[in-house]
Amino acid sequence: MPSPRYWREVPNRYRLEGAKCADCGKVTFPARHVCPDCRSANMEAMALSRSGKVVTSTVVRTPPDDLLMESPYAVAVVETPEGARLMVQVADCDPEEVLPGMEVSLEFRLIRKEGHGGIRCYGHKAVPVV
Amino acid sequence: MAGIVGYGAYIPRNRITSEEIAKQWGKDPGSIQRGLLLKEKSVPGLDEDTITISVAAGRGALERAGIEPGRVGALYIGSESHPYAVKPSGTIVSEALGVGPDLHVADFEFACKAGTEAMFVALGLVEAGRVEYAMGIGADTSQGAPNDALEYSASAGGAAYIFGKEHLLVDVLETYSFTTDTPDFWRREGEFYPRHGGRFTGEPAYFKHVMTATERILEKTGFKPKDFRYVVLHMPNGKFPLSAAKQLGFTKEQWETGWIVPQMGNTYSGSSPTGLAAILDVADPDDLILITSFGSGAGSDSFVLRATELLPERRDRAPTVRQMLDGTRRYLTYGQYAKYREKIIVND
Repeated sequence: MPSPRYWREVPNRYRLEGAKCADCGKVTFPARHVCPDCRSANMEAMALSRSGKVVTSTVVRTPPDDLLMESPYAVAVVETPEGARLMVQVADCDPEEVLPGMEVSLEFRLIRKEGHGGIRCYGHKAVPVV
Repeated sequence: MAGIVGYGAYIPRNRITSEEIAKQWGKDPGSIQRGLLLKEKSVPGLDEDTITISVAAGRGALERAGIEPGRVGALYIGSESHPYAVKPSGTIVSEALGVGPDLHVADFEFACKAGTEAMFVALGLVEAGRVEYAMGIGADTSQGAPNDALEYSASAGGAAYIFGKEHLLVDVLETYSFTTDTPDFWRREGEFYPRHGGRFTGEPAYFKHVMTATERILEKTGFKPKDFRYVVLHMPNGKFPLSAAKQLGFTKEQWETGWIVPQMGNTYSGSSPTGLAAILDVADPDDLILITSFGSGAGSDSFVLRATELLPERRDRAPTVRQMLDGTRRYLTYGQYAKYREKIIVND
């Protein structure tokens, strides 16, 4: 049952909490204990901005069963102003219009439900800024 | 004196017109639009619910308040569409806003007035000195049965208010609550859609409670209708609040700013709080504002408010209600609407 796993990820899923290396400035998301660039263990928690730019994207037309009603939808790698990258679903738009360079905001949304009677899993999705 | 130190609102981008719904059921769109004064309504996406709306509105309120989230000592969410039957919306909203864990949280329910109920209790705790700041939210993804009059109005959205004692955007001068047992609208446990008493929802329910609460708060404060720059009354449809405002002696100039129901629909617990947010988006310092909610079952909460010098400085920190109403919108067909509202049953 994945509920405890989801619960452990609440800081990054709900508040976009990543980490910044106090030595070289590298920002990671989700948070890491060791910097992937300089190997420093001097990582500090930091919340990402709720905005960013699409780096690359794709359109999902054959989704997992949980997301059948949302198909087709776009999934994108978004880079925040801090330099962190995260893969998110893009909501409230025509998926074909999601292209590299698009400005997006990151909004708190329902990501999926654990079946009919399970928990509701929340996190962030990108929404185009018009 | 306690008052509002921050506010925020959220309205989903999806819309369906009254005309599209009327066409589906073979009704005359013109008579619906003229009768209920509803042009379109907001529709939640498949990934939007009371919790996500509360987080969006709450983030706006924190931005405008400019306070450390951890100083919020109480969080109350009023809704009749809490996503869980057992598990509070407030725990998830609290984590997402970063206001916890040292705070008191509760979900409220009182049909369409659960939002002002949350605001009322939040204000009371701050006035009593029990907490430094308290947040009250009214949000809903309203339910309306297909081919029922409610289907033209039941929409989605909400607003959040943070109460405190310093750096007020709005002073709360007085409150008044009026409650009776009136079975005008209800939803039994396990039922998907609410039921209502048709015309019985009018005089003995909406009008009796809205008019009485408003008249009594005017009596309590000594203000006359002409003293107010703005008024917002709960908006179950376009017609009821206009009729009540007229009977109470308010003019179009006073009600038109908060009367957002023709474009937004009835966001139930979020209705009058979102109308109030639309007013705060434009109000000038010293403007007197009156809000009266209505919740079926039935009751009304009234607040008399006065805008401060700080309000115009803070309002640009978060999106305004008009930006959300007039900004990016996606118009849905009835088929898309039925899918988004999960009215279509599919196999697991």
